[in-house]
Amino acid sequence: MDISRRQFAIGSAALAGASALPFGMGSALAQAPLKVGFVYVGPVSDHGFSYQHDLGRKEVEKAYGAKVQTTFVENVPEGADAERVINQLAAQGNGLIFTTSFGFMNPTIRVAQRHPKVKFEHCTGYKRADNVATYSARFYEGRTICGALAGKLTKSNIIGYIGSFPIPEVVSGINAFTVALRRVNPQAQVRVVWVNSWYDPGKEADAAKALLDQGADVITQHTDSPAPCQIAEQRGAWSFGQSSDMQRFAPNKLVTSIVDDWGPYYVRRVKEVMDGTWKAIDTWDGIKQGLVVIPPFNPSIGADNVALGQKVKDDIVAGRLHPFAGPIKDQQGKVVYAEGKHASDEDILKMAFYVEGVQGSLPK
Amino acid sequence: MLETVTALLIATIIAATPLLLAATGELVAEKSGVLNLGVEGMMLVGAVSGFIGVQVTGSGTLGIVAAALAGALMALVFAFLTLGLKANQVATGLALTLFGIGLSALMGKDFVGTPHDRLPQLAVPGLSDLPVIGPLLFGHDALVYLALALVAAVHWFLYHTRRGLVLRAVGENHDAAHAIGYPVLRIRLMATLFGGAMSGLGGAYLSLAYTPQWAENMTAGRGWIALALVVFATWKPGRVLVGAWLFGGVTLGQLYGQGLGIPVPSQFMAMLPYLATVLVLVAISRDRVRIRLNAPACIGKTFHPAA
Repeated sequence: MDISRRQFAIGSAALAGASALPFGMGSALAQAPLKVGFVYVGPVSDHGFSYQHDLGRKEVEKAYGAKVQTTFVENVPEGADAERVINQLAAQGNGLIFTTSFGFMNPTIRVAQRHPKVKFEHCTGYKRADNVATYSARFYEGRTICGALAGKLTKSNIIGYIGSFPIPEVVSGINAFTVALRRVNPQAQVRVVWVNSWYDPGKEADAAKALLDQGADVITQHTDSPAPCQIAEQRGAWSFGQSSDMQRFAPNKLVTSIVDDWGPYYVRRVKEVMDGTWKAIDTWDGIKQGLVVIPPFNPSIGADNVALGQKVKDDIVAGRLHPFAGPIKDQQGKVVYAEGKHASDEDILKMAFYVEGVQGSLPK
Repeated sequence: MLETVTALLIATIIAATPLLLAATGELVAEKSGVLNLGVEGMMLVGAVSGFIGVQVTGSGTLGIVAAALAGALMALVFAFLTLGLKANQVATGLALTLFGIGLSALMGKDFVGTPHDRLPQLAVPGLSDLPVIGPLLFGHDALVYLALALVAAVHWFLYHTRRGLVLRAVGENHDAAHAIGYPVLRIRLMATLFGGAMSGLGGAYLSLAYTPQWAENMTAGRGWIALALVVFATWKPGRVLVGAWLFGGVTLGQLYGQGLGIPVPSQFMAMLPYLATVLVLVAISRDRVRIRLNAPACIGKTFHPAA
């Protein structure tokens, strides 16, 4: 079912009467499909974060056919609107609701208290309850692979990194990339340009131009539009895609992308609700579990580099390589993680420093 | 260093182009007394129409024409409501922007994630290969030169032709213009349509050349900046050009500065262009005579021919 927020509001006004009926009527009918709701912060057509979540929703529909009925609401601002939208989805008999942006955390918790029989899943947050689970992906694992390849591909030893906001998720990505880069190529440096937006194709393109004009010959990004890859392609520089596979925007020079694949997770969790085995747990999966997917490497990077990328990926999957394995120094040269140690999950979730090899200072 | 500066200047010229197109169009509309706040919406519809035009016909020229027509059609909706039905211009303009955001998203639904080649860059044999000057002046795509030519043309039209004088007269005092027999509404309609077409072109520059793709809301507020530029320029086409370059330069300068590792918080640098706009607005507002000399006296006012 494809509905916009406005239609949704009108429809739910009509349904308000229906939801006043005894709650949980749907579960009394054994054959009734499980209703699953999704709340997205952006448009499903953003070709990035929300788009990937919606691909996951479609996989759920494909996997269970008539046994499920999915609904999504897109373009939901983080704030008061979010709580209203989530509450309406709960009131309309959805048994499982995925809220897919960090800012939906508190609204999800509040609505969950009012609807104890409905199960909720919140993406990238940390607050849980008896009926609220959390889930996220270890995006930084993909950065490690990209960093190692960038170290081999760069000739100028300057890598351009386009950042959105200096939050731990992005900072840990920059660090994982830089650590892997410098293990392959100790001379290489990372230059970060912050655009203070998740999604502004024009500004992302400008940032890519600025970095290329200053000598970068590899571009990577933690923003959602394919514009930087397009600019890199025009200028003959290597680039890495973000969130979705951006290969078609830079067919010759895109090395690979870091793709979020929520589908298998959604399919599994929906099944657990159907089977009654669902639990309010925290899931933080990476490449091994298939939540982070690395599409095939561009063959034009050379067979050696394809093999290197594959090896780094295999090592991460097998647990032989931790992206934050010591020795890791910060920008002042102080050892943060000694040889044989690595950053804990909590360290990664709160990361707020640059490792050695990143130029400039981290905005506070 | 010279290379970086040249690169920054080239990037600035390109970044200024969509602003320049939209602001010049809006300037003509405002000079005739029509305040159309729907620039953002018209730009978006122009961007998506230009993109679809290129995808369907395969011709960049037809894409540009489609964008201009789509922008003008949006402006026609505005003109019908404000000039025909005498609706409030501010409210209608805001509605037009919201409408344009939704309409462009709907139109572009099937075109998200389809890339295409950017408009070709012109190369002048010999000249384009000159160091510094070559890429700076002779290596752009046709819309960059079209935008500059249109600024010059608008200046010439407004200040050196009789029709331009009449258009300005309508914007200054519509009752007087009406009394001596000028068709106020028809002139305003033409100015509004021109403004819409220019906004459409500005949007098309984004979807065809700047970042050759369609993405929802891809103008990201540039329509509002174009509106601010008109005031910033005190309704003078030449100053719109300076303002657009300044604005583009400061926006890009902060990105280049970050790359060079200049230790200023990026949030502060991201704020700079807006700060510059506010400062200029403060500076020109202090001089009331200058505002009164340049701002069209009838801007935003509804014209009732019977009165």
